[in-house]
Amino acid sequence: MRKLIAISLSAMLMGSAASAANLVYCSEGSPEGFDPALYTSGTSFDASARNVMNTLVEFTHGETSTEPGLAESWEVSEDGTEYTFHLRQGVKFHTTDFFTPSRDFNADDVIFTFDRQGNADSPYHQMTQGGSYEYYNSMSMPDLIKSIEKVDDYTVKFILSRPEAPMLANLAMPFASILSKEYADKLVEAGTPELMNQQPIGTGPFKFVGYQKDAVIRFARNDDYWQEPAAIENLIFAITPDASVRYQKLKAGECHVMPYPNPADLEAMKSDENINVVSREGLNVGYLAYNTKQEPFDKPEVRKALNMAMDKKAIVDAIFQGAGAVAKNPIPPTMWSYNDAIEDDPYDPEAAKKMLEDAGVTDLSMKVWAMPVQRPYNPNARRMAEMIQADFAKVGVKAEIVSYEWGEYLERSKAEDRDGAVLLGWTGDNGDPDNFLAVLLGCDAVGSANRALWCNEEFDDLIQKAKVESDQAERTKLYEQAQVVFKDQAPWATIAHSVVNEPISSKVQGYKIDPFGGHVFYGVSLAE
Amino acid sequence: MLSFLIRRLATFLPTFIGVTVIAFAFIRLLPGDPILLLAGERGVSAERYEALRQQFGFDQPVWRQYLDYVWGILHGDLGTSFVTKRPVLDEFMALFPATVELGLCAIILATLLGIPAGVIAAVNRGKFFDQALMSTALVGYSMPIFWWALLLIIVFSGTLGWTPVSGRLGLMYFFDQPTGFMLIDSLLSGQPGAFRSAVSHLILPTIALATIPLAVIARQTRSAMLEVLGEDYVRTARAKGMSPMRVNGIHALRNALIPVVTVIGLSVGTLLAGAILTETIFSWPGIGKWMVDSIFRRDYQAVQGGLLLIALVVMIVNLIVDLTYGFINPKIRKG
Repeated sequence: MRKLIAISLSAMLMGSAASAANLVYCSEGSPEGFDPALYTSGTSFDASARNVMNTLVEFTHGETSTEPGLAESWEVSEDGTEYTFHLRQGVKFHTTDFFTPSRDFNADDVIFTFDRQGNADSPYHQMTQGGSYEYYNSMSMPDLIKSIEKVDDYTVKFILSRPEAPMLANLAMPFASILSKEYADKLVEAGTPELMNQQPIGTGPFKFVGYQKDAVIRFARNDDYWQEPAAIENLIFAITPDASVRYQKLKAGECHVMPYPNPADLEAMKSDENINVVSREGLNVGYLAYNTKQEPFDKPEVRKALNMAMDKKAIVDAIFQGAGAVAKNPIPPTMWSYNDAIEDDPYDPEAAKKMLEDAGVTDLSMKVWAMPVQRPYNPNARRMAEMIQADFAKVGVKAEIVSYEWGEYLERSKAEDRDGAVLLGWTGDNGDPDNFLAVLLGCDAVGSANRALWCNEEFDDLIQKAKVESDQAERTKLYEQAQVVFKDQAPWATIAHSVVNEPISSKVQGYKIDPFGGHVFYGVSLAE
Repeated sequence: MLSFLIRRLATFLPTFIGVTVIAFAFIRLLPGDPILLLAGERGVSAERYEALRQQFGFDQPVWRQYLDYVWGILHGDLGTSFVTKRPVLDEFMALFPATVELGLCAIILATLLGIPAGVIAAVNRGKFFDQALMSTALVGYSMPIFWWALLLIIVFSGTLGWTPVSGRLGLMYFFDQPTGFMLIDSLLSGQPGAFRSAVSHLILPTIALATIPLAVIARQTRSAMLEVLGEDYVRTARAKGMSPMRVNGIHALRNALIPVVTVIGLSVGTLLAGAILTETIFSWPGIGKWMVDSIFRRDYQAVQGGLLLIALVVMIVNLIVDLTYGFINPKIRKG
């Protein structure tokens, strides 16, 4: 009898130790590397920045708002050009088989992290052969950051060349993950600088254990984490590129979380009691941008009439098959400052026809551009264009669908003499409305990402003011006002925000979909 | 024999040059500017664009780029991956054993099942068994691998739970892989259960990958056997009262095997093509999956290098097959 109890007890213990401790994530692809400053893809950030590292300022788990990270607090100067960060003390870099830190995280690590990206003369600039800092460059950091000064071991001052309200959100992005200078020094001394990109060291909740290329990445819990240690003991990425196979693995219990399900499988997943499908609206927008420099699309009433001619509900239902919501604003609803009071243009072909007649537009022929690629904000642009074409025909507008190879499409759609309206979209980087409104609709962006070529003084004034304002409540008011101007002027037909679905095992608790499309496993636990 | 060897080697060189030209032209003939594609919706500034062009050598005239490329190959340098920034050759060599292991298992399975199936079909020519076998082979030959592989997973892993869904090894095993061959490494690791795990992970991808070569080998064996069975010496043997087993198994099969060996050698190309799909479906970390990943990421350097290396492997295998064949069958050497 005693023996029996002993056996069942040990079986219980073993059972719980085995299942409660290991979380397997069936990731969709191999990371390009483990140095987040070098890459731009979410797949690489999941395997490094988001689980292994920290930034000075961090995004609140599952939100687009920010909170203190490795910087405990900060002050911004009156004119908005000096940011002073007070760093957290007693933060330890990971101790692993390949590195044992001799000191805590401090100001040197912060300066090292940014200097190596911006300063081509830094001895750490080329630790990875041929590597370049795409994100740092594309965020205009080189001309924004004038200098970074070490005030003392735990105080760092960023001096900017101009006020930049999204600065804090920028510093929460993966490219700004703080790396260890001591580790870099050790690698350079050993003549193996490239290991920086292969065996990452950070301060995050999980530490890197090993990577078998294209197969498995292993992480272990960081027991010395500066916040409460993670609930999961081992985090394993099982690289599984095929969505149907990921689903089979989830069903068989071989993994607990999978990204990017096939839309066709969602129904079956939802009816499986061992699987929960968590969903949230993605931080993106799909739109049709008119060329506002060209007749008759220079008239807001023509653009509005066309918007009213489109049955957006039907389009979104058909294209996204339940994984999308109709958009009324150029920023997604999960973003702060989203103006929910805005009324979308109603679907009303009769009124649209009349408005076109009133504007003196008859026999209008136009082009509708369809993207050749799938994107989260538009999984089937060709089909979408066809539906728009049919809707336009009902109000007497003839639309011709055109498409180009993707690189060409992006290039040609910027041209000021471009003919017609372009389907495109955007996925946010940092949760700041500026990252949508200024990048896509500001006057400075005409000729680049502003595909409507729309430069409206009132709108631009509002977003410029918001850009230099550091009080978030004030910024919110300005952005809400800007959305009113946008809707009134209608440079785009806002079409959809896609919904992100993630099937997870019903054992997984505390998992939140990251609004930036990342996969974060801190705060997640496994039930029996 | 020597002159055959020289002749055969002499055709190897121009073929190889042809392959370099194709691999090189491949990325330049594809529509779109790789650098614009790297930048995506975000766009790229003019200075940054120029810097990237220079970094990847796209600012040079085409002939110069080609010469640099060939010069690199001659020095064992196949360029650096756009994406991982690691030498393409290193990436390839790290993943190649996984593909070889899977490919060998598939070819062994295809041979072990295909030859007997072909012999039995030939001996029973026209009978039910022959017809059933040959129509099954036809189905196997025309089956889309990605669909077949998924079907295997759904039936044997999803529904029956007999085999793991994908990967090369259970996630609880973790050890160094000195050879890269999981069957060997799992034995060397000394971890109990690792070898069994490796074998169970091999089963479905091996079946998926073996299907087409199996069909080809069975059909080839059958037709070679039929030809040989009609020869005088077989009829003589039979007339002399030799047992059917001896006639079919020894006299006929030995001669029928010559063309079959060639077919097996030629299957290497088919296997590599099949590996691209099989490895992707089964998350098998070999070069097939690597090529697909590289294409999706528009990692042109990796695609270019990978194509060249795969072509090289196929050419070398074919060369070896030809030489062996020439060695067995002297008639070939004259041709």
